[in-house]
Amino acid sequence: MRKNKASLLAVLLWGVAGGLVIVGNSSAADPVTPRMLSYACAGCHGTNGVSAGPAIPTIAGIDADYFVSAMQGYKKDEWASTVMGRLAKNYSDDQIIAMGKFFAKQQFVPADQVVDSEKAALGKSLHRQHCEKCHENDGASSEGTGVLAGQWMPYLHAALHDYISGMRPMSKNMEAKIDAVLKEHKKAGIEALVHFYGSKSH
Amino acid sequence: MAVRAIEGGVVLMFNVNRRGFLKLTTAAATIPALSVPYIARGAGQKVVVIGGGPGGATAAKYIKMANPQIHVTLIESSKEYIACFLSNEALIGQRTMDSLTISFDSLKKHGIHIIIETVTGIDPTSKMVSTREGNTHTYDRCVVAPGIDFRWDAIEGYNERTSETIPHAWRAGVQTSLLRKQIESMRDGGTLIIVAPPNPFRCPPGPYERASLIAHYFKTHGKNKSKIIILDPKDSFIKKELFIQAWSRMYGYGTQDSMIQWVAGAEGGKVDKIDPKTLVVQAQIEDFKADVLNVIPPQKAGAIAATAGLTDHQGWCPVNQKTFESTLHTGIHVIGDSCIAGSMPKSAYSANAQAKVVASAVMTSLEGREPETPSYVNTCYSIAGHNYGFSVAAVYTFDDDKKTITGKAAVTAPDASPVTLKREVSYAHSWFKNIVADSWQ
Repeated sequence: MRKNKASLLAVLLWGVAGGLVIVGNSSAADPVTPRMLSYACAGCHGTNGVSAGPAIPTIAGIDADYFVSAMQGYKKDEWASTVMGRLAKNYSDDQIIAMGKFFAKQQFVPADQVVDSEKAALGKSLHRQHCEKCHENDGASSEGTGVLAGQWMPYLHAALHDYISGMRPMSKNMEAKIDAVLKEHKKAGIEALVHFYGSKSH
Repeated sequence: MAVRAIEGGVVLMFNVNRRGFLKLTTAAATIPALSVPYIARGAGQKVVVIGGGPGGATAAKYIKMANPQIHVTLIESSKEYIACFLSNEALIGQRTMDSLTISFDSLKKHGIHIIIETVTGIDPTSKMVSTREGNTHTYDRCVVAPGIDFRWDAIEGYNERTSETIPHAWRAGVQTSLLRKQIESMRDGGTLIIVAPPNPFRCPPGPYERASLIAHYFKTHGKNKSKIIILDPKDSFIKKELFIQAWSRMYGYGTQDSMIQWVAGAEGGKVDKIDPKTLVVQAQIEDFKADVLNVIPPQKAGAIAATAGLTDHQGWCPVNQKTFESTLHTGIHVIGDSCIAGSMPKSAYSANAQAKVVASAVMTSLEGREPETPSYVNTCYSIAGHNYGFSVAAVYTFDDDKKTITGKAAVTAPDASPVTLKREVSYAHSWFKNIVADSWQ
């Protein structure tokens, strides 16, 4: 996208300076704008990616690179999904990058949901012990990841289920951390983490 | 600021490319004039949106989001919108009518002027909408989203009057409540008949989802001996393999005890006549006697579309599918169920997606720009039983050569796991919340 804009600007400047134009393929349609592409997602993911929940995640404020890896994962059937794989296959790599940038710019709004404070307290200590290094600021940072703090809990449950069952790939490091949580607390540890992230209203 | 300048340049260049080489010097010379922000050029212009369903509401909201200085008036005949999507859940008591009832109050917060009146005419020459209440509203651009109307003359014995006792329940509200009451009071061992409509119609998987959920209700409410017969003029329908698989797994389909029987068009499923007194349905090969009868009549565009001269000989609205501007009247755009939109189905999601394309097209026309390249999505869920859902999803593009919307609908895999089928139900419920929020809030 950036390249496109730059070259078009160059053409424009040429035109202004010398009345000379290098006309490209005039029959080709203009590229779809990032906004036009992204607005079409809102029927499921909410206006500007802020989901009314609870199973469909908020994608506003997502890290642009993480968005691309998720969409590419869906596109290549490396990430398990219901509709996302079918949808992602229809977007070009450039369009996926453009949508990632669009949603990264949108304001994340934490989910309004009921949490179990005891579970959240255990989750807090587990997070700080195992997860904080990558999911900084108690999961509120989106640097290279999805926003966990304030995300919808049913989505977090499903995502963790998919990581643990091998339906979604994860790094060796994350695998080791999750193994450690499971070894010590079994499923209750995962549940605690979900409640901790769900309790965060930023 | 630099980025804005680049974007302005890009827009300009597209115009130049379209209009050819000779126009360039003119374009270059007018750069100072073009540097007036587009948003200012749309200011003060008036858009009237007719219809407060997912199409109309989303269009009004997204036009306001794009440019708050445009006057947007939404005219709707009902005080509230009652969602048709997921109303099959309400039929069997799994969802309240309240949860389907949507207020227009949040749209007012966007600065949209809501008028509860019934539109009786649109004059494309004077650009004026008139209402039964005797008021007129002028517009620079008009968006029409009236949904569907029924062809009351298509099935002998079934008309608007008989629908008061034999519900269609294809527009949600009292019709949904009426059918629900009849389903609940039907004796065990009774027969419920669904008369399915011919293509095209609102919510293509809807009649089959309805049969599934009613079967689920019978099974879980001591009405195991009851039957559901779908009389269909068609030989196929969307997600057919998935429905039949679900019916086989849950409701004995394919066995002698099947709770659901589907009579295809080739097997004489087309219904010509009903007797509203005896509930005998005359299909093409044999007659069927119903205890509860649900007739979903053949459909056409909402009444105002025909009144305003926006429909073709088949009763639907032909539009430029890139901008949804009517090909019969300039300045009027038609979206949602009533328009002809290539391969997009008549669904709430389609209407919502088309509304965003039309919002952009209205903006560009008011601001004197070329329409942008559209992108459209549709995702539709069907719930066939407890923790058992599936979906169809597609991204659509505008084919510049064929001048039509194209896209390939993909459905849930037939070997989807129970986890997937269960998740599709939870996504259906989340989809409901989000489509409501995105359209009306």
